[in-house]
Amino acid sequence: MRQIEIAIVGGGPAGLAAALNASKLGARVILIDRNDYLGGQLIKQTHRFFGSKQQRASERGIDIALELAREVMSNEHIEVLTKATALGYYEDGVLLVEQAGKIIAIKPERVIIATGGAEKTLLFPNNDLPGVYGAGAVQTLVNVYGVKPGQRVLMVGAGNIGVIVSYQLLQAGVEVAAIIEAAPRIGAYWVHAAKVVRAGVPIYTRHTILRAIGEREVKGAVIAQLDENWQPIPGTERELAVDVICLSVGLTPLTELLWQAGCQMTFVPELGGNVPLRNEQLETSVPGIYVAGDVGGIEEASAAMMEGALAGLNAAASLGYTCDTLIDDRQNVLQQLAGLRSGPVGEKIRKGLAQCSL
Amino acid sequence: MLAETGIPTKENLASIMPPDERLAQGPVAIAECFQNIPCDPCYHSCKQGAIQEFQDINDRPQIDFNKCNGCGSCMSRCPGLAIFVVDATYGDNEALVKIPYEFLPIPEVGEIVTAINRAGQPVADAKIIKVQNTKVQDRTAIIWLAVPKEYMMEVRHFKVKEVR
Ligand SMILES: Cc1cc2nc3c(=O)[nH]c(=O)nc-3n(C[C@H](O)[C@H](O)[C@H](O)COP(=O)(O)OP(=O)(O)OC[C@H]3O[C@@H](n4cnc5c(N)ncnc54)[C@H](O)[C@@H]3O)c2cc1C
Ligand code: SF4
Ligand code: SF4
Repeated sequence: MRQIEIAIVGGGPAGLAAALNASKLGARVILIDRNDYLGGQLIKQTHRFFGSKQQRASERGIDIALELAREVMSNEHIEVLTKATALGYYEDGVLLVEQAGKIIAIKPERVIIATGGAEKTLLFPNNDLPGVYGAGAVQTLVNVYGVKPGQRVLMVGAGNIGVIVSYQLLQAGVEVAAIIEAAPRIGAYWVHAAKVVRAGVPIYTRHTILRAIGEREVKGAVIAQLDENWQPIPGTERELAVDVICLSVGLTPLTELLWQAGCQMTFVPELGGNVPLRNEQLETSVPGIYVAGDVGGIEEASAAMMEGALAGLNAAASLGYTCDTLIDDRQNVLQQLAGLRSGPVGEKIRKGLAQCSL
Repeated sequence: MLAETGIPTKENLASIMPPDERLAQGPVAIAECFQNIPCDPCYHSCKQGAIQEFQDINDRPQIDFNKCNGCGSCMSRCPGLAIFVVDATYGDNEALVKIPYEFLPIPEVGEIVTAINRAGQPVADAKIIKVQNTKVQDRTAIIWLAVPKEYMMEVRHFKVKEVR
């Protein structure tokens, strides 16, 4: 049995920031990620980020990931376990991790869960044909492995992810036939939408996919316009010749470990699904278990990093570690988080968070 | 409408255009950023102080056209690729449009490309005048296009004619 002060599950922006901040105060940390690289979603984000200068706006996600990962790898207080999956959290406070076919039992004094989110899917006939992918999968193929998923793509969903992945497909030389969106408005930032539209990709709001066409693989898709009640309007069906249908219909928090640990959970649509209740310290209803990033509510990398920092500081502080600037550091992070969530686009997040505070 | 199509309307554009008198004086930046989003790198990137300080990170950029010299520094910092520089004084019949560009291949100076409007439609041929792609720009090239003057407020993208 391994003893450790803080175990962090998830090496995305939230987990990395948590590890750096906890170790800054002097705590000993194990950081666990099932991938063979650190950085989580960031590793696929080749575009520049929004936000403010303090949160490294205008930098590319991939560069932020590389820098944070390097800092973590060279930090003596942090032990990194990659290709390691946290399988379960047990009543006696033991975290079971599988790495290279071996099971490692870890008994941490504090746990920070930063497992991020999982993609949602969509129900329609033939959605099991090869060629129907999640946007995250397409992004992994294109930006991590350098593989084109196909020649011509229909993107379903005009949120930030659908629009940005469309842009990245164009950059990779893949044609995007259209982006369709069931809602009456584009969910992505309009500047993102404008840049794919001028690059030749039409966005059709109030449209849905009726079915995929093909026997053994995707050969096309039938789309149709929706009426006020989100019902397909007969006669508006259109067939698009595509070999990939890419679903970008949202993420949902990856909360299995929190359920197992017995954390109080609540369903908050604004945050993407079931999320843990947490206090201002980001501690859940189970003392010693903290959450940070998308697992606590689907948001943004900048917010994930801030939450990670906060959870890291708080978890280390609860073990008795401190520094001269601790109070200011915490306050600063809280202020930045409030800033990020302040405007009209942050309204949904604010509404969501109000429903899950302890 | 912009929120339905991704294409800014005439009204959207009218609200942010520099006046004709300013256009007659040389290059000037136009920020086609119409939504209150938490983003402010454009403000931090302008050394001329031409972009008004943001009171709130969700503010939209307000450019003081008299302070802006059209240097283009803000263009490659904008994550939305929403800032363009237009120089109406470039020639008698041609204007210069500077476009942020993140596709390959990067065209060469002298090359003729197809100029594209905000809806993704070709509108004219354009000539590449200059390619700025320094390290500071971090993979967002700025391409200077000479376009027929009547299209200077329409051209916001281009396509290379054939892949070399
Ligand atoms: C296409 C796209 C565009 C985006 N654009 C932006 C943007 O412009 N600006 C912005 O701020 N944000 C953006 N984001 C959002 C941002 O990437 C995420 O919000 C952020 O990565 C969330 O961070 P996280 O650390 O919570 O989770 P993740 O990055 O998802 O990391 C979670 C990590 O946990 C690991 N993990 C999960 N379960 C286990 C387990 N049981 N055991 C071990 N490891 C586990 C995963 O492998 C993963 O590495 C975008 C996201 C996408 C998909
Ligand atoms: S073009 Fe130059 S001067 Fe004008 S707003 Fe941009 S950075 Fe400032
Ligand atoms: S940097 Fe670009 S997207 Fe951000 S506020 Fe400025 S103009 Fe808008």
